[in-house]
Amino acid sequence: MDDTVKGTKLLKTKHLLGIKGMCREDLELILQTSESFKQVLDTPNKKVAALKGVTVVNMFFENSTRTKISFEMAEKRLSADVVNFAASSSSLKKGETLIDTAKNIEAMKIDMVVMRHSTPGAHKMLMDNLNSIIINAGDGAHEHPTQAILDLMSIVQKKPNLKGKRVTLVGDIVHSRVAMSNIHALKLYGAKVQVCGPSTLIPKDIEKMGVEVTYDLDEAIRNSDVMNILRIQLERHVGASFPSLREYHNYWGITNEKLARAKNDILILHPGPMNRGVEIDDDVADGDHQVILDQVLNGVASRMAILYLLSANIGGAK
Amino acid sequence: MKRMINNISLCEPLYKTLPKKVLIKNGTVIDPFSEKEYESDILISNGKIEKIAKNIKAEKGCEEIDAKGLFVSPGFFDMHVHLREPGYEQAENFVSGTNAAMAGGVTALAAMANTTPCVDNKFVYNDIKSRVKGLLVDVHQIPAVTIRREGKTIVEMTELVEAGAPAFSDDGSGIRSSETMKGALEYAKMFGTPILVHPEDHTFAEGVMNESLSSTELGMSYIPAIAESINVARDIEIARYVDGTVHFQHVSVKESIELVRKAKKEGLKVTCEVTPHHFSLTDDMVRTFSTDYKMNPPLRTQEDVDAVHKALKDGTIDAIATDHAPHPSEKKNVEFDFAPFGVLGLETMFSAGITYLVRKKKLSLMEFLKKITVNPRKILNLEADMIKKGKTAELVIFDKDKKWKVDRRKLNSLSINTCFHDDTHYGKVLYTINNGKIFKA
Ligand SMILES: [Zn+2]
Repeated sequence: MDDTVKGTKLLKTKHLLGIKGMCREDLELILQTSESFKQVLDTPNKKVAALKGVTVVNMFFENSTRTKISFEMAEKRLSADVVNFAASSSSLKKGETLIDTAKNIEAMKIDMVVMRHSTPGAHKMLMDNLNSIIINAGDGAHEHPTQAILDLMSIVQKKPNLKGKRVTLVGDIVHSRVAMSNIHALKLYGAKVQVCGPSTLIPKDIEKMGVEVTYDLDEAIRNSDVMNILRIQLERHVGASFPSLREYHNYWGITNEKLARAKNDILILHPGPMNRGVEIDDDVADGDHQVILDQVLNGVASRMAILYLLSANIGGAK
Repeated sequence: MKRMINNISLCEPLYKTLPKKVLIKNGTVIDPFSEKEYESDILISNGKIEKIAKNIKAEKGCEEIDAKGLFVSPGFFDMHVHLREPGYEQAENFVSGTNAAMAGGVTALAAMANTTPCVDNKFVYNDIKSRVKGLLVDVHQIPAVTIRREGKTIVEMTELVEAGAPAFSDDGSGIRSSETMKGALEYAKMFGTPILVHPEDHTFAEGVMNESLSSTELGMSYIPAIAESINVARDIEIARYVDGTVHFQHVSVKESIELVRKAKKEGLKVTCEVTPHHFSLTDDMVRTFSTDYKMNPPLRTQEDVDAVHKALKDGTIDAIATDHAPHPSEKKNVEFDFAPFGVLGLETMFSAGITYLVRKKKLSLMEFLKKITVNPRKILNLEADMIKKGKTAELVIFDKDKKWKVDRRKLNSLSINTCFHDDTHYGKVLYTINNGKIFKA
């Protein structure tokens, strides 16, 4: 397996802080490499020695079962040494600062840092202060680049040419790091990007990013080739700008009945974890159009690709 | 690193005693009070202006300053400063803060009350007054409007006005209760004293930056423009109702500016100020994630900056004031969400004005100087007619065209949180004179 990926080109980016600012060639290289790693995951051994001797630390300052497991799996499949560090963001406000924490861990000789943090731009601070390769596993509502890459991979597997295809992100756009990264990635692939949800969950001036906005789910269902259903954060919303989950489900929840008006080959994605019965119904989540479990497997494969490709810069990130 | 000077006693005043007689030769006097610009020498004797005339001959023992090619102007007034003393002396104190001021040509300033303890009674007020005596820079302490700036009970204004308070402000937060605001404006009306308002509706104040395309792309929590303008609208209504005098601090959005413009047309006693960062930078700067661009009100859009320029020109915005807000680097060098709001301003107020207003033809030099000399003094009912025989020599000598690079390590503040680090500025203050003292750059 190593041979299939060795000798490939290098990424232009040295870290993965966000999709914004990346070039299409980098994304293509990552997707291509991801497909190779996906084949590895289908072999009985499931493992390569690509990152032997490389130490990766997963720093998670927010709860995330799914992304953390996916990264950890990817790192172990690549034979990296893995260290996990979890704490709440609020501990950073009181105790040791992020920079001190990270520098301390780096002093123990690590090579790559995967971080989830509640503050947009926290990864830039790490990059400015460390020598390690930095990978963003989500920073507030800013970016979640590896999610966008695995989403893109899942879409391109079914629809290789995205040019002119309409991809709709449904739901909570304003609090979503997935939305921002997806928008940047999809636009690099020439897709038309649309966002759909209640007006209070659509952030200001998003149309200036070249994104179409609709509040009407039926319209979005009719004109979309792909729909990415974002998670409604149950604990966050109800209040001044969100009446109830009941109303949300009735007007923006994806049901099979509503999907009847969609194109035959519409693709349904969900980055997880799903709130069944809120943004997505059982019959859609388990139905014919969804690629939700493909996304999970692609997540491991693409994170392997990202770790592997970025590891070429170890020791020379700056 | 400068921040290591934690021991306040290490921080020495940068001024020297002014020689008995000083002759400023060959300068161009620019006087925003009379709106005149003329070639003249100025003779200072015992700290007072003795003579303003051409070709004054230097007497024996008279020290000469060659001001050829330089401007001589009244000292600048920054009506919005956080000196951090008492309570936060690791960020700034009276000596370091006034050092920064004089390096920026600021000979007088208004210090806000959000200190610990809060300046909400005569005893704290008088204590501060006695401790800022004898400095080159005149520190005008502004007491709070309400006890502990809690927005509930108004301070003993009569006593404080008698003790010398020129205005009141709860700056740092808005006054939530309309009833309290009405009471404060109505009470202060007895003395003709303005209430300086930090316009902010607290229900919108959860964010860290302006609500705009930038906050959308950055995924940051946001403060909408209306967080400010709603409060401006309310307080204009209250000022009209009680015939009070209100001054809006650091206006930043076009909507607030339009409200003030209308109120002025109506003849209401309403004035406002803008900060240098709000006339020179936009919220695009936040894309760098540097906490040196985290301030409250936040940096706004280009449209707002354009509205600020227009309002400076047409007089809707009366004054430029910095909202100088030092924070120690350990507080600022953290994640954007966790950093405190605020940036330095004293040392770059003048150069930012020259660079972003005068050189870009938004204001003439005279118009700009009015906003940092005459107007703030008028708003606070302080003497504004300054370049006259017999007056205290409160002067700045500057080179309008001198180019320099702002370097946070070279600033005189104890803190380094400038939003102009590495920016090329024009306009440099070479001498600052006041109270029989002189600062030389
Ligand atoms: Zn304020």
